[in-house]
Amino acid sequence: MGMTMTQKILAAHAGLDRVEAGQLILVNLDMVLGNDITSPVAIREFNKLGATEVFDKDKVTMVMDHFAPNKDIKAAEQCKMCRTFCNEKEVTNFYDVGRMGIEHALLPEKGLVVSGDVVIGADSHTCTYGALGAFSTGVGSTDMACGMATGKAWFKVPSAIRFNLTGKLNPFVSGKDVILHIIGMIGVDGALYRSMEFTGAGVAALSIYDRLTISNMAIEAGAKNGIFPVDEQTLAYVAGHSTRKPVVYTADEDAEYEASYDIDLSTIKSTVAFPHLPENTRTIDEVGEVVIDQVVIGSCTNGQYKDIAEAAEILKGRKVARGVRAIIIPATQDIYLKAAENGLLKIFIEAGCVVSTPTCGPCLGGYMGILAAGERAVATTNRNFVGRMGHVTSEVYLASPAVAAASAVAGKIADPAALMK
Amino acid sequence: MKFTGTVIKYGDNVDTDVIIPARYLNTIDVNELASHCMEDIDKDFHKKIKTGDIMVAGQNFGCGSSREHAPIAIKASGISLVIAKSFARIFYRNAINIGLAILECPAAVDAIENGHEVEADMDAGVILDKTTGATFATAPFPPFIQKMIQNGGLMESIRKGEFC
Repeated sequence: MGMTMTQKILAAHAGLDRVEAGQLILVNLDMVLGNDITSPVAIREFNKLGATEVFDKDKVTMVMDHFAPNKDIKAAEQCKMCRTFCNEKEVTNFYDVGRMGIEHALLPEKGLVVSGDVVIGADSHTCTYGALGAFSTGVGSTDMACGMATGKAWFKVPSAIRFNLTGKLNPFVSGKDVILHIIGMIGVDGALYRSMEFTGAGVAALSIYDRLTISNMAIEAGAKNGIFPVDEQTLAYVAGHSTRKPVVYTADEDAEYEASYDIDLSTIKSTVAFPHLPENTRTIDEVGEVVIDQVVIGSCTNGQYKDIAEAAEILKGRKVARGVRAIIIPATQDIYLKAAENGLLKIFIEAGCVVSTPTCGPCLGGYMGILAAGERAVATTNRNFVGRMGHVTSEVYLASPAVAAASAVAGKIADPAALMK
Repeated sequence: MKFTGTVIKYGDNVDTDVIIPARYLNTIDVNELASHCMEDIDKDFHKKIKTGDIMVAGQNFGCGSSREHAPIAIKASGISLVIAKSFARIFYRNAINIGLAILECPAAVDAIENGHEVEADMDAGVILDKTTGATFATAPFPPFIQKMIQNGGLMESIRKGEFC
């Protein structure tokens, strides 16, 4: 019996010819990632261990993105702790305010992850890099500390679920709608402990940015990782961002999958996840009248230039509805700069939006757009749990950048295709 | 190892945002984290928990963020053991890594109710509902994990040179 793409990457990094689902293995890491919330706990554990150096100064990345620029004194102290650690240990990839972006947009952009890598990150959305054909997964701070000290992590080799994609997406439908559709279909624990492996002719019709969004939310189905095959688009993206050489792994023809789903991309409609779970999905024609108070366009899920540009296309020459606060957050400094150069910031500001420096901020209820009691937001973020963006009675509706932008204009959840007709 | 305690029970998909809301993630002080544990779905949790109490929950416990602050807050609240139908994978890992005892046992979760007295024998993999007398068997952890729990977590395993 053959191996899945994930199993092949893990086997190679464990120095083994083959692995099988359920096997416990120790793998060598290509990158260990943390942010300003998870790294302080990891640093405390690293110091308890008595470690003095990180295993490889080029293979640790810390990004100050969650509560930075510092939202309060405690957040400032946490960033300071990370800054001091990275200075002392001479960590190459320390991204502070001015250079930082939202970590999962930043690492691919800076070429810190390439196809075939094994990456752990003390952030659940580390699974994003599966879009580039890497094995990447979220872990906790203790695993991060261990990874920084030893360059290794233990894993139970996952079994896999295959998603065979065909067709291509309709206008105003994007990767976000695909992954919300899938989570609605299999549930928030539908891929628990397993790999989600995306295959089929439909992959070529998805941009790298759509794939990044899809892999990003694999965790929202409980998955260990969500991975795409490497194709010409992947290789072109990696070559454009990294000096490192990608390593291409492909699933064996006779790889075993626990389940297999066929998805025709042309049948997917704009999709919205209602409170308070990402699996509570409805297609745009089923949402009914949902009046909103806030729109957030950004996050590690949908803060890429493509996402921001899709929102700008809809907001151009239009106004944000009275009573709605629209917050646009380009995910990195490069994306912010490109949006400025191409006139997108002007479009947003003229429409009545606020444009923020890169930060995770409102996605996790940190700052920059907290909701009051009973308020509703349409957000391109990834979670709509109770209290996620503010008060426990507030509500988050997850959607694509196009739906979020159309909703900002309409003052209620709206179909971008209908608005742009 | 055995745990005995009073049960506090929750439903499916208890996520890390309710276990410890992100607005409190600007600290790594374990007691401060514990003081806000579960407050968004059970605002008196911190006051009513006694040391040794056992948390029982449904499917996919600990889903969402990778914040290790979540199992840390539960452990620092005094909870000795979490029994769930299933755990989200990062929470599962984090709990083992920091030495918070967990057990997966759907049948026990269905039968045990809030306020019951429960005893769990981790070595034998047996859960006893002392209130009703019912017992439930669970699958033991693989040896790799058992050793890590015996060591008190991942860091102690590394210190002992048993990791790599």
